[in-house]
Amino acid sequence: MIRSHVLVCGGTGCTSSGSEEIITSLEKNLDKAGLTEEVKVVKTGCFGLCALGPIMIVYPEGTFYSMVKPNDISEIVQEHLLKGRIVTRLVYDETVKDDEITSLEETDFYKKQKRVALRNCGVINPEDINEYIAFDGYQALGKVLTEMTPEQVIQTIKDSGLRGRGGAGFPTGLKWGFAAAQPKGQKYVCCNADEGDPGAFMDRSVLEGDPHALIEAMAIAGYAIGADKGFVYVRAEYPIAVRRLQIAVDQAREMGLLGTNIFGADFSFDLELRLGAGAFVCGEETALMTSIEGHRGEPRPRPPFPAVKGLFGMPTVLNNVETYANVPRIILLGADWFASMGTEKSKGTKVFALGGKITNTGLVEIPMGTTLREIIEEIGGGIPGGKAFKAAQTGGPSGGCIPAKHFDIPIDYDNLISIGSMMGSGGMIVMDEDNCMVDIAKFFLDFTVDESCGKCAPCRIGTKRLHEMLDRITKGQGKPGDLDKIEKLCYYIKENALCGLGQTAPNPVLSTIRHFREEYEAHINQKKCPCAVCKDLLDIEILPDKCIGCTVCSKVCPTNAISGEVKKTHVIDQSKCVKCGACIEKCRFSAIVKR
Amino acid sequence: MKSLEELKAIREKARAGMGIREGGDDAVRVVVGMATCGIAAGARPVLSAFVEEVAKEKLDVQVGQTGCIGICQYEPVVEIFDPKGEKTTYVKMTPERAVTVVHKHLKGGEIVTEYTIGAIGK
Repeated sequence: MIRSHVLVCGGTGCTSSGSEEIITSLEKNLDKAGLTEEVKVVKTGCFGLCALGPIMIVYPEGTFYSMVKPNDISEIVQEHLLKGRIVTRLVYDETVKDDEITSLEETDFYKKQKRVALRNCGVINPEDINEYIAFDGYQALGKVLTEMTPEQVIQTIKDSGLRGRGGAGFPTGLKWGFAAAQPKGQKYVCCNADEGDPGAFMDRSVLEGDPHALIEAMAIAGYAIGADKGFVYVRAEYPIAVRRLQIAVDQAREMGLLGTNIFGADFSFDLELRLGAGAFVCGEETALMTSIEGHRGEPRPRPPFPAVKGLFGMPTVLNNVETYANVPRIILLGADWFASMGTEKSKGTKVFALGGKITNTGLVEIPMGTTLREIIEEIGGGIPGGKAFKAAQTGGPSGGCIPAKHFDIPIDYDNLISIGSMMGSGGMIVMDEDNCMVDIAKFFLDFTVDESCGKCAPCRIGTKRLHEMLDRITKGQGKPGDLDKIEKLCYYIKENALCGLGQTAPNPVLSTIRHFREEYEAHINQKKCPCAVCKDLLDIEILPDKCIGCTVCSKVCPTNAISGEVKKTHVIDQSKCVKCGACIEKCRFSAIVKR
Repeated sequence: MKSLEELKAIREKARAGMGIREGGDDAVRVVVGMATCGIAAGARPVLSAFVEEVAKEKLDVQVGQTGCIGICQYEPVVEIFDPKGEKTTYVKMTPERAVTVVHKHLKGGEIVTEYTIGAIGK
């Protein structure tokens, strides 16, 4: 008889920090202690707190162990699982208050979160359809097929206010309505799981942690618009996600939740996976469908929109993974429940992938309208090393930055647009005072130049020229008037590029110029990088009052640029210095600085 | 899958045992002393008896273990906490006594006085 469940995170984050070895070691140790009949090991999806992985939760106590190593397992089995003594040294600090262990929900990281799309991630075993069903899985599909008309389904999604979570925020119910209004015939339901923004991984987590939610939602969409066939376009670089999704599809077929006459209704639906090779442009909807059709992934002009003429020329609904993950809950709990969360025009919750200069790197799901301050200071645990917050980049290479002066802005689709950024798919990269904004803009543009498919000139040539201008500025070759030229080119690309990739590519440049113009001007006019990041615009100097002449720096310098006698102040020959920073790292007296 | 009833049946079956992951603050907690002294005195079969009987009766009760509470001569010791934190301590437990406690105390709400530390400890 099972008396305890041990949940180990099997998401990509924890897998790469060694959770597979932990599961193996757990099974071995449980066997040795004769506990295999009493303790069940469950491999789940992501818990969200990736910075502390590998993560493990022991129920019924709900003990949250973090950064577990394979050598810790025998202690956990012997002490906790056999004798019931919690191994306090491995418990997540935040859950220990005044020597008492509190529940995970009360920690700063989880307290303000509201998990809807991620509700089953880290809760169920994603490779077991029974666990999904135990937590109300496929109930929504059953309800839709036995009690609701397609019109009622679409109306419910419309009333809920759900908007596309892939970035643009188009109302989902409206999109479904357009496709449903097309004449009967072959139609398709597609899922965009080609998550490509650097730093965003919420879709991967849903696929890895709760793949059945996606299957259920796509079947519901199929019923709503009259489609019997679906495709999930997922990156081949997500091997765990692909494997679990395929397992889930097979299990759903076996149980008759995909196939013909589902729930005895006159409705058939089946799904196939299509693996993308990782081109960023294939996340753009028309390019994605072109790729599913077997062609080179290139976008085409819209209209016609996919709802009218999409995959194989047929009416198609295409939504993002996170959007779908919300659908079963909306059907079960009602449009009003969903609309009760969030702001006036942005309902529900949004998942953000926190990364960059932040303590709690990981996945957070918060109600729309939560302020940036709450996300970064409370949930994210602030910025490490006592540095000051400078900006947060949302929307990846298509979005823009939110500077510190907007720290208290409630995060929703419209507020982000109004300050020149965008929701994007939910990557949030936090930057502190040491990040140079010109360098950041160049970094994102570097990415889009690389990923531009080349079909249209504004994107192919425009982003390249833009990148060259930024590159010159960071090398101290900027000229007065460059900023005007850059802005002009940015707007030209935005207006004339064929698809979303090109139309949004200038956003990081425009938003950094808007909020940090003085930094650009310092690069151009004073030939200085205020944050001492751009190599060509900084000098590395030795502070005479701090240098004791220990000679370490002169030994570590790869170009022999540092000279000086023992116990006497050293100096750097700027003509030889390549600004690698090796001397700064080695100096134990903080006597070497960049400026 | 042909009907909602069929899904419901699968759900009921799958839910059995999943309650372990949901033990909220308002559930009654049964804690079995499982330190070396408890195990030596036979705490493991007592723990198993609680787990099985609670599952059989489908009760919303969380069964867990704890370490030694210092009254080794009375092991196996079982403590039952109600949602308000009120505690009942049963001592010198056996699997049979565990079954009785599940039925009378956990299900019936009536403390089995003769097994408590107050009765046996005298």
